[in-house]
Amino acid sequence: MPQYETPLGAGPGAGGPLIRFDGVVKRFGDNTVLDHLDFTVAPGERVTLIGPSGSGKTTILRLLMTLEQVTDGVIWVGGEPLSHMPKGGRLVRANERHQRRVRRQIGMVFQQFNLFPNMTVRQNITEGPVHSLGVPRGEADRRAAELLEMVDLADKIDAHPTQLSGGQQQRVAIARALAMRPRILLLDEVTSALDPELVTGVLDVLRTVAETTDITMLLVTHEMQFARDVSHRVLMFDQGRIVEEGPPEQIFGDPREERTRAFLHAVLD
Amino acid sequence: MDFFIDRLPLYLSGAGTTLVITLLGAALAFVLAMVVGMLGTLRNRAARAVATGYTETFRGVAALVLMYWMAFAIPQLTPYEIDPVFAAVLALGLNVGAYGAEVVRAAINAVPRAQIEATIALNMSWWRRTRSVVLPQAWAQMLPTFGNLVIELMKATAIVSLIGVADLTRVAQEQRAATGETIAAFTGALVVYFVIAQLLIVGMRLLERRANRRLGRLPASDTGLWALLRPPPATAIGGGRR
Repeated sequence: MPQYETPLGAGPGAGGPLIRFDGVVKRFGDNTVLDHLDFTVAPGERVTLIGPSGSGKTTILRLLMTLEQVTDGVIWVGGEPLSHMPKGGRLVRANERHQRRVRRQIGMVFQQFNLFPNMTVRQNITEGPVHSLGVPRGEADRRAAELLEMVDLADKIDAHPTQLSGGQQQRVAIARALAMRPRILLLDEVTSALDPELVTGVLDVLRTVAETTDITMLLVTHEMQFARDVSHRVLMFDQGRIVEEGPPEQIFGDPREERTRAFLHAVLD
Repeated sequence: MDFFIDRLPLYLSGAGTTLVITLLGAALAFVLAMVVGMLGTLRNRAARAVATGYTETFRGVAALVLMYWMAFAIPQLTPYEIDPVFAAVLALGLNVGAYGAEVVRAAINAVPRAQIEATIALNMSWWRRTRSVVLPQAWAQMLPTFGNLVIELMKATAIVSLIGVADLTRVAQEQRAATGETIAAFTGALVVYFVIAQLLIVGMRLLERRANRRLGRLPASDTGLWALLRPPPATAIGGGRR
């Protein structure tokens, strides 16, 4: 692994962007998924990543959640490096301890929900807060009940994940991520694994989250209408680079790049 | 039949010794299997080397010879003598533990990557992930193989009869020598071994069903001995995920 060395102080300050990708490269073997990617996300901003499959959208979310590590470049979160840590005036690769501390601000909802089958709905939601954040059990239980109320599953608190439909499982997964009180929420194709009639319920919950909180969101989705409704900005990716970016009205209504037009044409028809 | 009924107390006391050695050996094997199996899943090279070293050593050693070695070689090498029952428990525990460690390692590695990713997204520590997510899910996977190992271990306890412990096999041999009733003496032992095996199987299957209930693969109400007569769930092995 090459060490990325940068003088300290090059990162964004406290008043700057919440997320910053700085020359980020990600390769899997010979396959370059992200190619010197630079972009920033402001606090409270909701950004949708679109593009053909294999264009690197999901990899961006997985790098932010530290499920993958960068090949080169630095990812900054809240003015601190996430992929790296300062040591002797330089940035070196972050260790597990550093990443745990910085990623505390980040939550993620997965395409396949990934609920824990050995726990009830309540335990799924309280396990993180109680054991990772040290929230007292009673408080975590109360918060779980509130969140389940919000996702309209209050009666399922003692159910097992296997007793729920896909849409219900995904709503529990959203509640589970929100229970960690993240500043940043990553949504990775959260409706792609659902039967069509279950998609609306999940999107309604996410609309509520978008309207009632100031959580910064990064979404990878194929639900273009939803992306248009909730996001402040849309990034169009192709082959590990940003082809075009802009407000949703412009990207969806009047795309400038041929590549964007072709992609939207393909997904909307 | 009369032969066996008359000697039932003798056979039962032999069976008791067999059962005690089985349970102690299984307890040792279980602890070794869990610890060494978990070491084998770590990224740390030294930990993995210890795990591989233990597994390869004791998988390749005959429990009988190991027991002889502890019972007869150790008193010559050191000033200590090892109690024959203890020597047998150690030999069997070390031997079966090596097989068990491989089972534990494989079961832990079979927990879906997506489950691990969910624990990272919830910022869990390694220990919390292992305790709350990995082991409870791997446990259901381990149990069927653990059941086989316990029964193998129970049958292998017959080796203690060779160093003078009055277990079930020894009782049968002594009764045969004393009476010349070869058929009755050994048939009695076979039947008692079979009954012990059945008890162990029922115990293991109850544990298995409980583990599957906890993963939501069986209805929560599906408890008790009668539930054993129903067929196991189709998803019990292999993760049960779509």
